[in-house]
Amino acid sequence: MNAIVEREKGLIELEERIAALKAHAAQQPVDLTAEIRALETKYAEIQREVFGAMTPWQRVNMARHPKRPLGSDYIAALDQFDELHGDRHFRDDRAIVGGFAKLNGRRVIAIAQDKGRDTKEKVLRNFGMPSPEGYRKVIRLVRLADHLGLPVVTFVDTSGADPGIGSEERAQAEAIAQSLYELADARVPIVATIIGEGGSGGALALALADRVMMLQHAVYSVASPEGAAAILWGDAGRAEEAASRLKLTSDDLLEFGIVDEVIPEPLGGAHRDPAGVVGKVLAAVDRALDALSGVAPDELRDRRYRKFRRTGVPPL
Amino acid sequence: MPMPEWLRLRRAEAVPADQAAQWTKCPKCGSMIYRPDLAANAWVCPTCSHNFRMHAFDRIAMLVDSDFGEIGGELMPGDPLGWTDKVPYPQKLQRDREKSKLTEGVVCGFASIGGTPVALGVMDFNFRGGTMGTVVGERITQLFEAARERHLPCIVFTASGGARMEEGMLALMQMAKTTVALRRFRDDGGYYVSVLTDPTTGGVSASFAFQADVVLAEARAAIGFAGRRVIEQTIRQKLPDNFQTAEFLLEKGAIDMVVERKELKDTLMRLLDYGVGGQRAANGRIAPSQLIVPPPQSVEHRA
Repeated sequence: MNAIVEREKGLIELEERIAALKAHAAQQPVDLTAEIRALETKYAEIQREVFGAMTPWQRVNMARHPKRPLGSDYIAALDQFDELHGDRHFRDDRAIVGGFAKLNGRRVIAIAQDKGRDTKEKVLRNFGMPSPEGYRKVIRLVRLADHLGLPVVTFVDTSGADPGIGSEERAQAEAIAQSLYELADARVPIVATIIGEGGSGGALALALADRVMMLQHAVYSVASPEGAAAILWGDAGRAEEAASRLKLTSDDLLEFGIVDEVIPEPLGGAHRDPAGVVGKVLAAVDRALDALSGVAPDELRDRRYRKFRRTGVPPL
Repeated sequence: MPMPEWLRLRRAEAVPADQAAQWTKCPKCGSMIYRPDLAANAWVCPTCSHNFRMHAFDRIAMLVDSDFGEIGGELMPGDPLGWTDKVPYPQKLQRDREKSKLTEGVVCGFASIGGTPVALGVMDFNFRGGTMGTVVGERITQLFEAARERHLPCIVFTASGGARMEEGMLALMQMAKTTVALRRFRDDGGYYVSVLTDPTTGGVSASFAFQADVVLAEARAAIGFAGRRVIEQTIRQKLPDNFQTAEFLLEKGAIDMVVERKELKDTLMRLLDYGVGGQRAANGRIAPSQLIVPPPQSVEHRA
């Protein structure tokens, strides 16, 4: 069970009581203002207590909240979207959605990882874990963007690249390596936003960008907490402990200079106001593209080089 | 060719002095091997041809003509996350330094191979499983930059469990850092050959291991993205023995060649000849005599 869903239960009950009281007051000639206000105060207190200072593990659970806006929700909120399918070699990987789009009238190539909402869709999208053909779709879309001079906008949300037999057979490592290689050289602006989970190389493969933004309660880590715990201690069950050490929150990563901007979420998380959050992210992407729009192609590439050349230079 | 003096000295420190430690057991066939014999046989089991994982110094000694000028050797890891589990991260590093006689998981520098000057990087699994932290990433990056500045072909031997957990996202970002540096080098006509040795996985396989002009693998090496255990846990079944071997990847079309250890130097010499003999590389080649002194360390990139 998701730890945030668990913590929300009491709050949701309280919300329902407040709504019921309000409905009652509207229909009956009784004044319930005081009661409603008392409940609302209590609600706000609990909300601050529950969500005011979250542990890294709670952030991980927030990033994985079943109602959190997914990649497709951001794609759906664009002015226009024409999906381009497949890697032209093997298959259309549904864990990655990409194509032509318009954002505030600006033509872009939009690419999103999507975990799927219900069980059927989760299976279709392999729980948001891309296979090599997903990264090869990214590579060809970035080449297309470069060819046409369109900016690239990515939305990152994956626990990691798919670790299955087929993915190894089709050289997952090579696909991710080449995706990074392609992004390193694109002569168009690239803006990446970590909207949920940024799990390891499978996330970075969409985030070697001119501007890297992150939702407040998204996480971005060297490996998923389960993966890190398995690697370090041979025990994926110690994920909470791993999460507490990995420095995977937006505050940590802003401090390290790994993300450039953190987009705040409403108290209680992005799923409390999905449309509002999606709108805020798209507005931030639009601003980032505005800032990059005048930069000459070679200068863009040089700046991107300098940006990543500076990351994690010892001594630290 | 004589082993370079500095290598002989550093290697002497690494070899255990007591007699019991002079014998070692082949993990593949179980036969007991006298270590000097093993060393003389390029760390290949005389009975079953199992490739022992090589110390970086041994690997370098096996490949280079004479001298090796190390670069980036002074770079030492910090503890950016303040990591502690059973023991603090700095203690783990200290332990591995003593055990491996290495300062980090990769040794980079200039050398010549069969008369051709090269920039050479050799990773070593003995140091934190060859994992890539900020120092490994920085040394590899400086190697690509040095190769670009000096118009040298570049060879990197990989051996890595992936990104280093104890340095968190700063370790993951080394994939991006090495990529942007390598891209510049190759865009300028640089020639890069990677040699994937046992094991090459995770963030290293998903970056500079598979971004080369020519990708070689040492025979029978384990190579992949996800570790074998992770896959077995995910799919809940045992994997076939040959899964993720160099030979398996060759069959799937993911790498250019599988090479036996004893053939490596000759193979690399031929590949260097093709690469540096082409039109793109005709200008600005550097004579071996100009490579002896390591360059001063660049600090311009430090934030």
